Amino acid sequence: MTTSQDSVPQPSAAQDDRNGAPDTHMPAALDEIVEEFRAVGDRDKLELLLELSRELPEPPSSYADRLDEMEQVVECQTPLFLAVEFDDAAGTADLIFAAPPEAPTTRGFASILHQGLSGLRCEEILAAPDDIADRLGLKRAITPLRMRGMSAMLARVKANVRRHTHSVSG
Amino acid sequence: MPAETAEKDFSQYAHPERLVSTEWVAAHKDDDDVVLVESDEDVLLYETGHVPGAVKVDWHTELNDPVARDFLDGERFAEFAASKGISRSSTVVFYGDKSNWWAAYALWVFTLFGHEDVRLMDGGRQKWTEEGRPMSTERPDVAPGDYPVVDRDDSTDRAFLQDVLGHFGRPLVDVRSPLEYSGEKTHMEGYEEEGALRGGHIPTAASVPWAKAANEDGTFRSREELEAIYRDEAGLGTADDVVAYCRIGERSSHTWFVLKHLLGYENVRNYDGSWTEWGNVVGVPIVQGDQPGEKPRR
Repeated sequence: MTTSQDSVPQPSAAQDDRNGAPDTHMPAALDEIVEEFRAVGDRDKLELLLELSRELPEPPSSYADRLDEMEQVVECQTPLFLAVEFDDAAGTADLIFAAPPEAPTTRGFASILHQGLSGLRCEEILAAPDDIADRLGLKRAITPLRMRGMSAMLARVKANVRRHTHSVSG
Repeated sequence: MPAETAEKDFSQYAHPERLVSTEWVAAHKDDDDVVLVESDEDVLLYETGHVPGAVKVDWHTELNDPVARDFLDGERFAEFAASKGISRSSTVVFYGDKSNWWAAYALWVFTLFGHEDVRLMDGGRQKWTEEGRPMSTERPDVAPGDYPVVDRDDSTDRAFLQDVLGHFGRPLVDVRSPLEYSGEKTHMEGYEEEGALRGGHIPTAASVPWAKAANEDGTFRSREELEAIYRDEAGLGTADDVVAYCRIGERSSHTWFVLKHLLGYENVRNYDGSWTEWGNVVGVPIVQGDQPGEKPRR
């Protein structure tokens, strides 16, 4: 098993994602979450996101020493820890997120990506649509800038997976 | 009680009545004339637990006009305030995450409507939780307040683009991060939507990132330290007219609070259009790099 870790923002990767990959496919688990959000009103959407934030699992204990490597708060940016564990035999990737309890919105977004994408095949993760944040319909309840934060999170996941698949396929 | 947790003496500040301690809040939050308001950058944080009895103000959905880039008008503000249990004579105590950043913003908006008794809880949410004080997820039952319709006063504490253009020669404070100030970045990391077409700062503005005013524990620095930062290093001296700005006017409302209420500068205005306006306006002067630059000749 190989692990790669990404604790540096990848703005250029976000750029690539916006322009690339017209072949998108919504993974079933993610689709289910999106549908749940679409089915309820604004107030309940926030409640749903809060529930998801509580469901974000603690990272495995093997990461305990490395969580300090989470980006520290610069100005006001919320630190987020992301690591991806690859099972090359199965071609799948597990996503490991951590964010502090004072950042429930960030934890909620991470939880959506965790429940929706973790454990899938790399190509399924890469094919997930980049506009998931828009599809949740949260724009009225949460500032657009925070929603951008979720898109950036997905971009970081994809950049990480893409780097790995390139290195494996040589 | 160990010395480092001893209560800070607020009388060192110019307007000590604008600050309350966590201890004061614990003792007075249930007083009839006190309304405790939590205003956070993270809009879900209140729901994870808040000071018992505190109401939530969501800066994004509740303080802004839903369509125009502006704040609520007097009528809607009256409705909004009453719905939070706030009356015109209420003592409104704000606190929040990130060194009271958004709490200061909410307080500033209340100031535009001339709400007299507004205060910040020094240290905000962080200090309250670090002291192990009680938190609750229960939404308080709010008895509607009685709030009159008051016109917003945009002339005293708020600056518009034209005011800033007419302000050259008097001090400006840019409270954004150094890279936003120099123009290397046109937005904050992770805040791409709040970008601008041009990077840099308003000519002559001094760079004082807002968080310099806060200690590690989220409380405000001492008056002496604040004077060294703003009066001396940033060169505000004894100016009687200062404008602060950032990206959308939230970080600079924190600095506005420091200059006006803690240091006692007479006229301090927050330019809420800030860089997302200035950096997109055709024909306004801009300076790039880490120096304030010259006053434009016009």
